[in-house]
Amino acid sequence: MKPLEYHAPTSLDEAISILKAEGSQAAALSGGTDLIIQNRARPLDLAHMVDIKRIPELNVLEYDAKNGLRLGAAVPCYKVAEYEPIVRLYPALAEGAELIGSIQIQSRATVGGNICNGSPAADTICALIVLSAICAIRGPDGNRDVPAVDFMVGPGETALKPGEILVEMRLPPPPAQSSNAYLRFIPRNEMDIAVVCAAANITMDDKGVTCTAATVAIGAVGPTPILVQAAGAVLTGAKLDAAAIAKAAKAASAAARPIDDHRGTVEFRTHVAGVLTRRTVELAAQRIKEDAK
Amino acid sequence: MEQHEAQKNEYNIIGTRPIRHDGEDKVTGRAQYGADISFPDQLYGKVLRSPHAHARILSIDTSKALAMPGVRAVTTAEDLPRLKDRMVAGEAGAENIRYVTERVLASDKALFEGHPIAAVAATDPWIAEEAVKAIEVKYEVLTAVTEVRDAMKDDTPPLHGELTTETLGEKSKKATNIVRHTRHKRGDPDKGFAEADLVIEREFETKTVHQGYIEPHNATALYRSDGQITLWTSTQAPFWVRRDLAELFDIPLSRIKVVPMEIGGGFGGKIAVYLEPLAILLSKKSGRPVKMIMTREEVFYASGPASGTVTRIKIGVKKDGTITAATAWMAYEAGAFPSNWAMVGSMCVLACYRLENLQIDAYDVLTNTSKVMAYRAPSSPQAMFGVESIIDEIAIKLDMDPLELRLKNAVQEGDRRADGPKFHRIGLKETIRAAMESEHYKSPLPSGANRSRGVASGFWFNAGMQSSATVGINMDGTANVTTGSVDIGGSRASMAIMAAEALGLTAEQVRPIVADTDSIGYTDVTGGSRTTFATGYAVYEACQDVIRQLKTRVAKLWDVQEDKVEWGDGAFHHVDNGKSPMSVGDLGPKLEATGGPVMGHGTVNPKGVGAGFGIHIADIEVDPDTGKVTILRYTAVQDVGQAIHPAYVEGQMQGGATQGIGWALNEEYIRDAEGRMLNPGFLDYRVPTALDVPDIETILVEVPNPGHPYGVRGVGETPIVPPMGTIHNAIARAIGLRMRSLPMSPPKVLHEILQRGQTVEAAAPVTS
Repeated sequence: MKPLEYHAPTSLDEAISILKAEGSQAAALSGGTDLIIQNRARPLDLAHMVDIKRIPELNVLEYDAKNGLRLGAAVPCYKVAEYEPIVRLYPALAEGAELIGSIQIQSRATVGGNICNGSPAADTICALIVLSAICAIRGPDGNRDVPAVDFMVGPGETALKPGEILVEMRLPPPPAQSSNAYLRFIPRNEMDIAVVCAAANITMDDKGVTCTAATVAIGAVGPTPILVQAAGAVLTGAKLDAAAIAKAAKAASAAARPIDDHRGTVEFRTHVAGVLTRRTVELAAQRIKEDAK
Repeated sequence: MEQHEAQKNEYNIIGTRPIRHDGEDKVTGRAQYGADISFPDQLYGKVLRSPHAHARILSIDTSKALAMPGVRAVTTAEDLPRLKDRMVAGEAGAENIRYVTERVLASDKALFEGHPIAAVAATDPWIAEEAVKAIEVKYEVLTAVTEVRDAMKDDTPPLHGELTTETLGEKSKKATNIVRHTRHKRGDPDKGFAEADLVIEREFETKTVHQGYIEPHNATALYRSDGQITLWTSTQAPFWVRRDLAELFDIPLSRIKVVPMEIGGGFGGKIAVYLEPLAILLSKKSGRPVKMIMTREEVFYASGPASGTVTRIKIGVKKDGTITAATAWMAYEAGAFPSNWAMVGSMCVLACYRLENLQIDAYDVLTNTSKVMAYRAPSSPQAMFGVESIIDEIAIKLDMDPLELRLKNAVQEGDRRADGPKFHRIGLKETIRAAMESEHYKSPLPSGANRSRGVASGFWFNAGMQSSATVGINMDGTANVTTGSVDIGGSRASMAIMAAEALGLTAEQVRPIVADTDSIGYTDVTGGSRTTFATGYAVYEACQDVIRQLKTRVAKLWDVQEDKVEWGDGAFHHVDNGKSPMSVGDLGPKLEATGGPVMGHGTVNPKGVGAGFGIHIADIEVDPDTGKVTILRYTAVQDVGQAIHPAYVEGQMQGGATQGIGWALNEEYIRDAEGRMLNPGFLDYRVPTALDVPDIETILVEVPNPGHPYGVRGVGETPIVPPMGTIHNAIARAIGLRMRSLPMSPPKVLHEILQRGQTVEAAAPVTS
């Protein structure tokens, strides 16, 4: 490991100019809970770490009913998991944020860092996908928006171009009679990385009988997280009975493209993608019922 | 905690729970571990390790590394003496010094991933790391064999060209990877099976596992210009480290001083030398102290894990549950150098059962993996896992209570262990009965689908071996107790308690000290569950020596013959009650005037070792959709002899059970086709976290060991043996699947469930 230069810019422009100037020798440091370990375990040959936590735009956390949620990329996970509007309206995101590492890790780790790491097993990406999050990016050439579903492009690879920074994630306000959930499977009960994960976002009609919109995403079962459109399609317009949910689970298993590795087998991941789809859909539906009470 | 055969207040201090003497330093972080050692002029050493599990070393070029600024020394196998074949003491029997040398630094062949090839000392660790990368090694990569089944095949090339199989004392002609075949036979197994009403034979497998101690290996060495060597290291066995180094360097023991630092876990894995000889070589070359610390990855690749195994067990029973015969075939991964773990396993496999007819065949098998070393009750968990599964299967088939079946066949005093030796007073039957009477076992089975309860038993020999202790009496009558036993599991507190009991003091009045190899008599390893037993025995003897000496002083003070002075109830008494009793506290201030300081010595090599038996009970639930096992309730029951400090006995039982639970459910070395480990870190080598185990309840059964003045029996190792069988049997009873393969991780359990054709449970309707 070679010596590193640490930068702590307080403006986006300053951060972007350092990242642009140093190219592949530099990386943006948010919580660092992935980056620092990766740089130590298999040296990335970084010469510069650009700490983005002091940039005001990256620390925004606000919600209003008209515009929805703005979540700055450097907001630590513990704040995300505790923020009342997120817990109430975007529980899938809170569930993902509070599963990342231990309490100590959650105090440093950020949702922005979690998705910029580019892992298909990231605990917040499935939630962001089903919640239709938009990733707001700023770079040397200005601003652009990328839907969360397109943010990861391969294992460890994101839509970010050299010099670009993820500034914030914007989540639309959830419709009435809707809720969402995230679950992951790990062999232990803590301190682990998802072997399979899934999130579901469900909207019911006014009577709470028929599903009017459904989105399902699964992770750690392919090079990037997968939006399972077939699962959403079988649920939309259906009563959420066992048969419909089983169909959605089957669709998720069919959409999974996992590999065998030291964390799980193809057989396991394919099967459990369906199991978690069923459980997240059930959980989201259960939450809608509870909210109605 | 429940306590059986509760002591009749025979003791004053033994059985109490004083705060440990080393507690404050450990809680505040002041305790000095190996990583805390630091010298102003020290260098940092790093190791170049083989990336290949099996390769011929064609050349090593260190010139570029040596030329780097800040690099002060580079060492390779050329710097170690090339010794002739000679058997030297090893941790599980004798080993050839040539293989120890070859293990420490490879000369000809890299035999496992992580095999040290060279080491570098530099002025900072980052320079050392860069210098390691600058060493150029040319390898001819060879086919690696990491599974015992493959290594045993006739057409697999032997790792070492010259090694042959030793069977019953005779050597085979052909070179092979099977280094030893051990056999025990009694009676006529065929006849026994013919007499049985039910015979079950099954094959089992377990994977390589690691002890998982939190503190990585470390060593700091100073090679002085006068040839004296001081070594600060984290070890369970400072005197063995000294011995191994003297053998490796072919120098007298008196030239080496080993200072044992506090140890952050060992569990058998911190006995052999790894970094120690490298740090010495680098210090010798550079003339400066050299500090080395392994990374976690290095610990996984290149320390001494426990064997992966294949066993085939066959047991025959009568309808009433009486075992008529048993056979065991067992193959153990030895790692890249000969070891004896299958032989040890052969002595454990059937130890719980009374048998007329048996045969055990055990094979130690070379593989391209780091040499296997001790891990808590080494070899017993893998051996007994299969036996305990079959016993459970038999209980179900005979519709018998599984503990009743074990009780019916349990060994007791006078019975012979399967491999021959006669048991002294043991408490297996008492332990089984205590388990049967426990609130846990009597409580109804956990209600709900996919839940059930399992039990299994466990055995460990416990060890004796040599220990030394001194006890010095201070001027105020308090005492210092010095031993050579590294404190892993609270032994300072145990030594202080036993000395306090013997001398009529409180535990707080005794200061326990762990000494270096220059400062106390020879003492064997902290391991084998021997420390409280044997070192405690030495402390007891040293205290008796103190009392003999003090008796003379009392006689002098009272101006009576010595035979008029008696020791009892923590004080000296006049036989005719002519004088007020005198305690050790009273005598402290009078020592100077009556002849000077008093210091007692105790040295032992005790034979009256008491074997340890345990029964574990687990309630579990299997998630049939994911194969994940949740432990709902867990109880460990064990004959602990006399619990000296019950809190640390309970801690040993809980710790052992937790490690066993990890072994049962998730821990395994996962290797690719080239023999490289894919999960060398605690993220993917999954030891249980605090959220993965429930509160482990403990029941201490106290059957005192007559071979020890305070009835001590080792307690630390037995509790890692039963968990695999316990959880396995609980899974079998919950979902009707016998895994017979460890770990019982979710992908494996789910695979079996899916194979059986069980479908995902129907989704419950959630809308109304």
